[in-house]
Amino acid sequence: MDKNELQAWEYKCIQEEPAQCMSGCPIHVDARLFVKQAGLGKWDDAQKTLAKTMPFPKILGRICDHPCESVCKRGEVEEPIAIGNLERICIENAHEKVKMVILGRKQTRVAIIGSGLSSLTAAWDLIRKGYQVTIFEPGQRLGGNLRDYPETILPPDVISEELSLLENTGATIELSSNISGSDFISNLRKEFDAVFIGLDAEGLNTGVLEHNGNSKALYAPLTMATSMDGVFAGGKHTLNGRPSPIYDVLDGRKAATSIDRYTMNSSMDSGREFEGPYTSRLYTNIEGIAPLPRISPADTVSGFSAQEAIQEAGRCIQCECLECVKVCLYLERYEGYPKKYARQVFNNEYVMHGRARTKNLFVNTCSTCGLCETVCPNDFYVGDMMLQARRTMLKNNVMPPSFHEFALLDMAHSNGEHFALSHHEPEKDKSTWLYFPSCQLCSTSPAEVEASYGYLRKNLEGGVGIMLRCCGAPAYWAGRDDLFKEAQDTIRQEWEQLGKPRVITACSTCKNLFQDHIPGMETHTLWEIVEKCGLPQQSPVCGNATGAKTISIADPCMSRHDQETRESVRRIAQTLGFSIEELSLSGEKAECCGFGGLMFNADPAMAKNVIKHRTTTIDPPDTSLYRTTVNDNDYLAYCAMCRDNLAAGGKRTSHLIEHLFPTVPGNDPAARGWISWSERRANRTRVKENILREHGASEGAVVEEFEKITLHMTPEVRRKIDERRILEGDIKKVIDHAEQTGKRLQSLQSKVYRTYLQSDNVTFWVDYTPADTGFTVHNAYCHRMNIVGIKQ
Amino acid sequence: MKLPLEEPKDWICTACGCTLDIVKVGFTYMKGNFEVDLPACSSCGLVLISEELANGKMADVERILEDK
Repeated sequence: MDKNELQAWEYKCIQEEPAQCMSGCPIHVDARLFVKQAGLGKWDDAQKTLAKTMPFPKILGRICDHPCESVCKRGEVEEPIAIGNLERICIENAHEKVKMVILGRKQTRVAIIGSGLSSLTAAWDLIRKGYQVTIFEPGQRLGGNLRDYPETILPPDVISEELSLLENTGATIELSSNISGSDFISNLRKEFDAVFIGLDAEGLNTGVLEHNGNSKALYAPLTMATSMDGVFAGGKHTLNGRPSPIYDVLDGRKAATSIDRYTMNSSMDSGREFEGPYTSRLYTNIEGIAPLPRISPADTVSGFSAQEAIQEAGRCIQCECLECVKVCLYLERYEGYPKKYARQVFNNEYVMHGRARTKNLFVNTCSTCGLCETVCPNDFYVGDMMLQARRTMLKNNVMPPSFHEFALLDMAHSNGEHFALSHHEPEKDKSTWLYFPSCQLCSTSPAEVEASYGYLRKNLEGGVGIMLRCCGAPAYWAGRDDLFKEAQDTIRQEWEQLGKPRVITACSTCKNLFQDHIPGMETHTLWEIVEKCGLPQQSPVCGNATGAKTISIADPCMSRHDQETRESVRRIAQTLGFSIEELSLSGEKAECCGFGGLMFNADPAMAKNVIKHRTTTIDPPDTSLYRTTVNDNDYLAYCAMCRDNLAAGGKRTSHLIEHLFPTVPGNDPAARGWISWSERRANRTRVKENILREHGASEGAVVEEFEKITLHMTPEVRRKIDERRILEGDIKKVIDHAEQTGKRLQSLQSKVYRTYLQSDNVTFWVDYTPADTGFTVHNAYCHRMNIVGIKQ
Repeated sequence: MKLPLEEPKDWICTACGCTLDIVKVGFTYMKGNFEVDLPACSSCGLVLISEELANGKMADVERILEDK
């Protein structure tokens, strides 16, 4: 990821964009933070938040016409937060005095005419920037039209106290100034480096300036510059026909910025797009936000009591986006959001000293399922970013093999002699169709795959060939473009050799990868063919006397952009007699089961947690944002890994193929439960051998001596070693080695043997005892650290 | 590095017929090298690593080195 890419990713995520109340405020008061602090009764903190951007908060806090309220998201549910009233109670309750911090004195002199809000703001901003400011006020005291407010709203002593800040900071104040002379402005301009004119100053003669038809001095809306060089004007602003104090403040602020730029000789108009109110890019989902009526103050004259104000502030939604985090446990558990994650990924690659590379696991845990992209208002696809980061890690030679090795070895098994096969239909020499049932469906439902192949051959004409292989998805997810290309090239070549038949897939991942990477390959799903040719005769209708059985369809993440397949599956399920209760996250919002992106390999604990949340109602929830719903009824999957992972999590889940091609009559497929990685491999081999047998082959792949060893173990041990990704073949190899070489330890107490053997990057340990036939395995574990040897 | 040990005297090496001693065992992982005191057969070098050690401290160190 280079800097430009980082910026592009960062721009897509809008979580850090300001809330609408802030961007909609002409001077960008952080109203979200202010309301939060008000809700906690932290009045001094809340006043500080106001004072950060608001001049004279004790004045403006009482009279602001709060256009922020009109863009408040709470207002889309019912009434907006009463931000204006909260400001008032805040400044009444805050004890701290507002301070002005001056940044380095300058010699540049600026004249300010009038002392209404626009003039006062221009003065305030320029004094803070170190300018020598002189205020020319025609009246006998500062404040201009601020003095017109009723005392109950804006007491005169508040004005005087707040404006004393100006005197204390060394501004020169000329009261009772005669500003009516026709050359007053021109003379001031000669004497000062720049001039600001408050258009509300009574009796000012602006004759030297250009005017509009209403005899109001003209100024540029962006810079507030008048027709006279170095003279700026503003104020007397109205909004919806009423005077707007906050827009007067904005005028003064814009003019101060312009004067600063003018006297420094820098560009007057560049980079000013976000001055004044604008619509923030922040998205906040208000779906499910319960209506809460606005709090009415008991005393309408004096406004909110502190308690009422706290209650009112409690209605604030505290707008943010986090749409992706709400639907992804992985994004939630890393306690950030994509913009932050983009910076972490960038730093992981570029900050080479100190805390570099602490995000390797994070980069490799994403399931790349794409749900984030679907729910993101800007289509931020975290998976894409993570896949790119994985490729960069590989290129830089810093990818720990442990993250993907088990999955890549499983893929190698599928593409090796124990499974890989491509053949025309027996006794046919051409294929119009090619069945590609997928490695993992053969792993979990071998008999059903064989039955479905029989069905296809019976129902389709022109020959139905079969190809058993892995589509290369694990390599794709691992960022291993070399291995992925190899897998896809082989499939393409064999498909071409078979005469480019139409391909029938039974796995959404295979289908996606073929469509994206093998041009010209026409793909269909098994479900589509079943719908066209009619349900197989043996598939039972699942409804009973009391009506249809309700199931929830667990769409695979890989069907996210494949509405046709999702609908096809639903129609078949209904024909089978099921009624469907949809999951809250399904269809294009389908969740991943933890297999995608090789999450299960890089971070097994995270993958297990994902499944736990998808199969068990966790009460109370253990995450602050991520909530998924678990439906009570059985789940129906049409992805082998979804079926297996959901079932391993304890949820009654079946695969569609088990209903269409049941191999045991009256069986309850949802009761099948988990399946081990060793069984998966054995099942794949079985599918291949059975197909070869039909072709007249008498023997399957060569079985090595050690593979013939019989192992005995309890179901608990079997499950434990499977979760540790230890295959029975690994254990057999270790025992065989120990028995051949005698290299093993024995416990004097239990007589159990313990031995180990390094195989590629993993050292496997086995506790075992000889049995009548074979060996009883008591335990097995492994580590990746390499034992170099003992130091004598 | 100090690690919890299984009692070496509870185990014998069946190839050499002797009990185990605590010796320094060298390891490598992800470009890191380290030595740990572990029970092992001084004669043939067969070492003893417990399940607790493999799944505990060793797994932790592996994870740290992978994210470094």
